[in-house]
Amino acid sequence: MEILVCAKRVPDTSENEIALNNTGNDIERDELVYSINEADNYAVEEALQIVAKAGGNVTVVTVGGEDDEEILRRQMAMGANQGVLIADDAFEGSDGRGVATILKALVQKGAYDLILTGVQADDGAAQVGGMLAAMLDYPFASLVNSIEVLEGRKLKVSREIQGGNKEISEIDLPCVLSIQTGINEPRYVGMRGIRAVAALPIPTYGVAELGLDARAVGAAAAKVKRVDYFVPTLGKGAEMLEGSREENLEKLLELLAAKGGLK
Amino acid sequence: MAVEMQSAVQMGSWLVRGRLLFLIIQILGVACFSYIVARRLVPLLRAQRDLRFDQPVARLGKLLKFWLGQWKHPRYKTAGILHIFIFAGFILLAARAFTVLMVGVSQNFVMPGLSGRVGHIYEATTDYAATVVFLCMIFAILRRLVFKPARYAVPPRYGKAHTADAVFLLVLIAILMVADSLFEGAKAAALAQHGQPAELGTVLSLPWIFKAALASASISVLGSLYFGAYLVHEVTFYFLLCYRPFGIQFHVETSLFNIYFAKLNKGTLKPVRWGVSDEHLDEVKSFGVKTFEDFTWKHMLDFYSCADCGRCSDNCPANAVGRPLSPRFITTKARDYAFRHYPMFGGSGNGKPLIGSVYSDDEIWSCTTCGACEEECPLLVEYIDKIVDLRRGMVDDGNVPQSLQKPLKALESRGNPYGKMERKRAEWATAKDYQQVCRLKTLDKKNHADTLYFVDSITSYDERMQSIGRATAKILDHIGENFGILGAAEKDSGHEVRRFGEETLFMALRDHNVDAIKACGATRIVTADPHAYNALKHDYKDVPPVEHISQVLAREVKAGKIRFNPVQNRNDVYAYHDPCYLGRHNQVYDDPRAVLDAIPGLKRVEMTRSRDRSFCCGGGGLMLFYEPKEEQRMGVKRVQMAAEAGANVIVTACPFCMTNIEDAIKVAGLEGKMTAIDLAELADQQIARERPTVEATTASEIQPECVAGR
Repeated sequence: MEILVCAKRVPDTSENEIALNNTGNDIERDELVYSINEADNYAVEEALQIVAKAGGNVTVVTVGGEDDEEILRRQMAMGANQGVLIADDAFEGSDGRGVATILKALVQKGAYDLILTGVQADDGAAQVGGMLAAMLDYPFASLVNSIEVLEGRKLKVSREIQGGNKEISEIDLPCVLSIQTGINEPRYVGMRGIRAVAALPIPTYGVAELGLDARAVGAAAAKVKRVDYFVPTLGKGAEMLEGSREENLEKLLELLAAKGGLK
Repeated sequence: MAVEMQSAVQMGSWLVRGRLLFLIIQILGVACFSYIVARRLVPLLRAQRDLRFDQPVARLGKLLKFWLGQWKHPRYKTAGILHIFIFAGFILLAARAFTVLMVGVSQNFVMPGLSGRVGHIYEATTDYAATVVFLCMIFAILRRLVFKPARYAVPPRYGKAHTADAVFLLVLIAILMVADSLFEGAKAAALAQHGQPAELGTVLSLPWIFKAALASASISVLGSLYFGAYLVHEVTFYFLLCYRPFGIQFHVETSLFNIYFAKLNKGTLKPVRWGVSDEHLDEVKSFGVKTFEDFTWKHMLDFYSCADCGRCSDNCPANAVGRPLSPRFITTKARDYAFRHYPMFGGSGNGKPLIGSVYSDDEIWSCTTCGACEEECPLLVEYIDKIVDLRRGMVDDGNVPQSLQKPLKALESRGNPYGKMERKRAEWATAKDYQQVCRLKTLDKKNHADTLYFVDSITSYDERMQSIGRATAKILDHIGENFGILGAAEKDSGHEVRRFGEETLFMALRDHNVDAIKACGATRIVTADPHAYNALKHDYKDVPPVEHISQVLAREVKAGKIRFNPVQNRNDVYAYHDPCYLGRHNQVYDDPRAVLDAIPGLKRVEMTRSRDRSFCCGGGGLMLFYEPKEEQRMGVKRVQMAAEAGANVIVTACPFCMTNIEDAIKVAGLEGKMTAIDLAELADQQIARERPTVEATTASEIQPECVAGR
């Protein structure tokens, strides 16, 4: 099975203190550290596990710039067969639809049976996967938390619904799935693994290689534009319980019950 | 004299009938043993390198202390003393056994140097040695069958109990002793019947008893007994020789080598591959131990040498709290594997991964590398290097628990496991109110100082532990040290990164720190974190000498530079908890105690488990992120031990111990009854600072000033 995983490099929320910049139109990026979006990492792991059972190849793609190559290396160290970097000045400022358009062009260049995305990027809006599927006229399943390969180019996928229950669906290949974190336990990739793939080539595709119309992507084509960030005003402070441990516990239980937190 | 000669000849002739038989048994026995040992050596020849042929003097010293001197044995009184008797007996009986075996084929054989008077004395000694060994066997069998010490039990998940095998071997040794003594006794009885006052004055020894019992036996009966005892002795001897390599008694042969080649430098870790330098590590295809053959030959020798005495597991904190780890079975499972896949006949090896078949993931991650097992092992079997090697293999395969991946990733990108900003690393020291109490320099290429205070991650970032950092800096300030910190340029020491098997990341952290340390121009390093201490001392190279703050304190107290105010509350009872990486791994036991004892009015008790038998608090570094499967926390057990000792204040000298113990005090429900304090915090709090404005400097007056930074 040929699998394409769409990944994104994002500021790692567990290793950064995210703050707005002075002008308020972006976050402060000076000291950020980046990593692959968490859900995308699960998607790569899932692709690797499918390929380990059913055979095939895993390609990881990201739309971005030179800096984004690092996540492709990491995913290749994890076991992905190939990384593809899509970078072109013309792509700057693309909205979700623009990114989906770019990815569609890549998908049509190859012969992928399955396209995986993370359920949502930490700095994203969970829109590319669905739009990509629609543009390709592929079936789409979102929030997937298990995948089983069936006979006859079909998958059995599930997603979690209310109360922790699972909803099971069958879906035809080729298709697009958005992967939920927790679907598996991604393997660890250390510096040694990354060094081992340091010399492998990673092709970079731009407008020309993908046969795209530069006017269909980038800032000019974007119909969704970010206008502002703002920090909500702080609400009333938290209530601090004071007293002995036993008293606090009792009060806490009372409060939780009163507010409907305990049934 | 003539009569003696005659009877001796006659008795010699008793054996002559069997000469051919004895010879065949001997040749067979030696051949079988040689073959078995050769087969046992096969995996060792396929194993990884292990450079242990250096430092012969130090190794001989170890041999004298731990092998001949049986140094570790008395740590377990009953079993230990029993073993010393058996060991001494075996050593004494070695020449005797050889002589007896030779007599069967060459009746006048006398061991060189053991003729005449010396020979008589030696014979008398061996009479008693055999008797003592026999009695020890009886006692050992009783222990196994009746008293059943708990540590011999084998939980079902680790396989079957080895009691039957143990008893079988003990019985065989007992038979050997009886046969030897009967052989001796029958000879003496025969000589006595010939009017010979045989040289058997060894009253109440087994041979003496046999001689007495056989005093009136006919010469033919004596002859048969003599012959029979000899045959039984010989057959048992060779059977034992060839059977030992199949079980726990192989240590009789291997212990000598295992102890000679034992690890010499505590606190260190083995390199990824012996003989491969850091620069060439990238060329190594696979890291760590994945298959059995990835172990080094010495580690395989460890597997053969384990006597299955259970002392390691009896002291293992992971085992004590119900984690799925018991060091004893790390060894015996590997031995079983070796026996299974390197059989006596046919092909050998199978090359399958050990994790998932022999060992489980959780088993290998459960170890805190506290070193209690290694401290206890009479045969100096190593565990930490094996655990780390197995982890290296798992890391190399990407098999790392999710709970550890985030901190490892953060260590890679931010240099600390919490993912905190680098520039916030020195915030604990730069806070305005603290700077008023203690000005702290940040060192770099331009700002030098004599002493570097290496803080490490937990003390830098953890709000509670920052207090240890501030106390340490204030102590250094008080003794007039010209010192500073690296601040944002410091990264995690990587001590646990390495011990969790992430060698490449460790090397990156180490190289970064070594560069920063060299650039800052310091000629010595002080730290209050035993893990950083051990890393700087043993894992780093080419850095200035490092001291733990307890060592600095002890020296300055002794020199009179530091004086303490009396403790405020005279009713408090203090117990010092030895951190593993200060105590067991670096033998710093006395300095922290000396500091405590220098505080006037401080009442200190020792926990039963202290010094080199200290009980791990739960582990440091990445172990704080790991979610072990356990019934209880190690820290809770430790806190209960302190309570049993009658203490209400636990003094530690490690920020990780502090984390675990303070948590454990809450979990154990001892809040308000028990507190924990770091040695540096306590010392800082008690230091008598010269303050001319205050006339009567009592502890209570001094305190607010000293803790202003907190």
